[in-house]
Amino acid sequence: MRLNINGRDLEVSDSVGEKKLITFLREDLDLTGAKNACDIGACGACTILVDDEPVKICIKRVKDVAGHRVLTIEGMAAPDGTLHPLQQAFVDRGAIQCGFCTPGMVLVAHAFLLKQPHPTRDEIRKAIHGNLCRCTGYQQIIDAIEEAAAHYRGAPAPAQEARL
Amino acid sequence: MKAAGEKGWRNDAHAKVTGRTKYTDDLKFARLLHAAPVYCDFVHARILRVVTEEAARAPGVVRVLTAKDVPGSNRFGQIIRDYRIFADDKVRYNGDVVAMVVAETRDLAIRASALVRVEAEVLPAVLDPEEALLPGAPLVHESHGSNLVNTHRIRRGNVDEGFRRADFVVEEHFRTQSVEHAYMEPEVAVCAPRADGVIEVFGSMQHPFSTRRFVAACLGVPLSEVEVVGTPMGGGFGGKDDTAAIVCARAALAAKLLGQPVKLMYRRDWSIRESYKRHPYRVAYKMGVGSDGRITAVQCRIVADGGAYCSVTPWVTWRSTVQCCGPYVVENVHCDTLGVYTNNVVAGAMRGFGSPQMNFVVEQVVEMAAARLGITGVEFRRRNMVRQGSVTITGQTLDSHKVAMGEVLDAVLAETGYEEKLARCSHGRADGDELYGVGLAMSYRGVSLGAEGVDFCAAVINVQPDGSILLEVGIHENGQGAESAMSILAAEELGVDVGRIRYRRASTSTVPDSGTTVASRGTIMGGGAVTLAARELKRRMAEAVCGRLQCLAGAVRFEGGALLDPAGHRRVSFDEAIALMFATQHFPHVVGVFRAPKTTWDEHTGHGDAYFTWVYGCQAVELTVNKKTGRVRLLGAAAAHDVGRAVNPEMVRGQFFGGMAMATGYALHEEVRSKDGRITNPNLNTYRIPRSTDLPEMRAIIVENRDPHSPCGAKALGEPTNEILAPAIANAVFNATGRRQFSLPIKLSALPDEIAEEDCRL
Repeated sequence: MRLNINGRDLEVSDSVGEKKLITFLREDLDLTGAKNACDIGACGACTILVDDEPVKICIKRVKDVAGHRVLTIEGMAAPDGTLHPLQQAFVDRGAIQCGFCTPGMVLVAHAFLLKQPHPTRDEIRKAIHGNLCRCTGYQQIIDAIEEAAAHYRGAPAPAQEARL
Repeated sequence: MKAAGEKGWRNDAHAKVTGRTKYTDDLKFARLLHAAPVYCDFVHARILRVVTEEAARAPGVVRVLTAKDVPGSNRFGQIIRDYRIFADDKVRYNGDVVAMVVAETRDLAIRASALVRVEAEVLPAVLDPEEALLPGAPLVHESHGSNLVNTHRIRRGNVDEGFRRADFVVEEHFRTQSVEHAYMEPEVAVCAPRADGVIEVFGSMQHPFSTRRFVAACLGVPLSEVEVVGTPMGGGFGGKDDTAAIVCARAALAAKLLGQPVKLMYRRDWSIRESYKRHPYRVAYKMGVGSDGRITAVQCRIVADGGAYCSVTPWVTWRSTVQCCGPYVVENVHCDTLGVYTNNVVAGAMRGFGSPQMNFVVEQVVEMAAARLGITGVEFRRRNMVRQGSVTITGQTLDSHKVAMGEVLDAVLAETGYEEKLARCSHGRADGDELYGVGLAMSYRGVSLGAEGVDFCAAVINVQPDGSILLEVGIHENGQGAESAMSILAAEELGVDVGRIRYRRASTSTVPDSGTTVASRGTIMGGGAVTLAARELKRRMAEAVCGRLQCLAGAVRFEGGALLDPAGHRRVSFDEAIALMFATQHFPHVVGVFRAPKTTWDEHTGHGDAYFTWVYGCQAVELTVNKKTGRVRLLGAAAAHDVGRAVNPEMVRGQFFGGMAMATGYALHEEVRSKDGRITNPNLNTYRIPRSTDLPEMRAIIVENRDPHSPCGAKALGEPTNEILAPAIANAVFNATGRRQFSLPIKLSALPDEIAEEDCRL
């Protein structure tokens, strides 16, 4: 079956298709940005985007994303390390502490802002409510998403470059 | 890279926001084996036999380990060595681990772990801390002789006389619940044998040095044969001390015996089942108040359920004892505190460390007393709170730092318009369904370990020949931004750009044992060590260049990446000065050690200078309670804390918000529930930590009074932010509903239109 991960196509066997998606990404592709923190889809630390929709992948198999576009946190910044404006806003607004929820949080926010580039703070709260953070109280994460929203108006900033 | 002082600077932010940070589970090792712990269904039982043969024959299994395989000590503990790497004589709680399966994959290890059988004689379990203290109660540790772990006491003045002088007495009983840290990253360790025989430990822990101690003791090897390598970690909150060390010790044992790297990565349900929790408290509290509104006496009895092992219960309960009257001057105090063994899940360190429980009690009692007097809680607090030169309940005079209690209280009142909002509270009566309330709470908190431990920290500054700087500090990055704060402090002291500094994550083999990164001590202790190290480096650099600057060494200034004479006429760049030192083999390698000022404690009377300095905080919250459903909705919260000095303001704000968020969980949602000693909500779907939609907008008011005892001026913040929002919420719920809250989490059902008289206990 055919996968598209961070803009790159790759072909995998049916047996790989049966693997847990999080294991495949983390162990086979070394895309370790998606974290395993609850195993039951309750915390959002493993969130990636599939066709721009957030998906908690600890409860998914590889075959579930066959034929779809997958974006992981590793696909957000440019190859030279230049951060996506949303990532830069996370840095600037102090939205990062331990960082374990950060990849999922950035991706959920990215999906949300693609659809709603003029969000209220309450809408941002609702958009990230499925992703748990124990460090920040979400306040500065919401600040960051609010600040980054401007970059999604008009021509939205896409994930910058395909990268595996 | 962003410079110090620029918004949000963190040395690790870029790696974290791009997903490139390698946490322990992200590390790759060749020939890696995987381990899984084996639990059993017992709560209290004498182990007759652990049957491992079937599991050992299961597909992919390499070895099954039990207590018999431990070459060194199977027992450890920071205070009492009662905790087992593997349960040997008894199962003492449902999270005890009896064996560990090592297999080629994690799935195979987990599958085989179900095949280990434990033959045991079931013993009666004791699950109530008060019952555990009764004669004839089952003993959790027979050799200890009783279930009493420890006691603390304060005997000050004469409480009988104090209560006689009282105009009235407020007397109530309070209970708090068991809560889980719920760090996003569960416990994990990878241990790898090195070719020279040293075991390298990578893991998620707050205390690399005690981890090394326990691993070495478990393996029966000297400390030099274990190297704990600092690894990025996904949160700790006090919870990655004892349990994290055991997880490392088990993985290290397997790695040592098998000669291969071994990973022990915890599932969330294992983490919640096994790891220690915040202590549930029962507090009987009695406060006497005079007609002038001054507290005349406090008597209290505090019972802490420590669960199956000692962990740090004596230290946690010591802080509760020292701070049992809140930030108030009380001349007559009689406090008895008991830490108790039960067969419940172990309790240990958690953000706050014995203060959230007591503040929940005290900050409601003062409001009840105020209501009896017919004054506001704010006015009552003003009449009784500590001020410059006040004497604490343990006899410590607060005169060596700025006592900012009034300052933080005023800041919150002004920022929130509190007193105007107080007048609008519903007190159980509203036209619509939503009852409105505001509430506040305040505290003072002793900084760092205090008299509970020896308190020091070391830092190493190692300048390279080109003038770039390696910095290592004996505190640990738990996620709070410690590395960034340390780097900023070093850069400021040396007068160089922070980009020149490369923070080198310390290993236990490169930095002196500096204790554990807990007790909100990272910035004050680590920052102290960094500042002193930088000053020593400056002294040596000044000696090396004072001839060229034609001034005395003591007069050399460090600014803008250069060394200058007092008038600024002559200048040697930082790089040149370092090159000069290398040329003469005066190496710019310094160790700075900050030793905490002296503290004292008399265990018999409960008198002493308990902490070398204190911090002051106040938080307020605004909420509604729905009459029909009892649902609490938080509308806003604000906090003011004296942090001494905000080294990295965005990270300081992050501590405010994170601490307050965690406290809302404590107040309203969180509870580790159990049935017959078995936890029934062991994952994040049923153990409910606050989500973004549970929280209000929060405001952080940073108050800065540099502390003379702190070389860098900073004090403490991580725990203060987490210890007072629960009572503020309880007070706000009272002001909304007219109902006092005597237990946590606060559970409100539908409220009748008319409040029964007994609910209105003021």
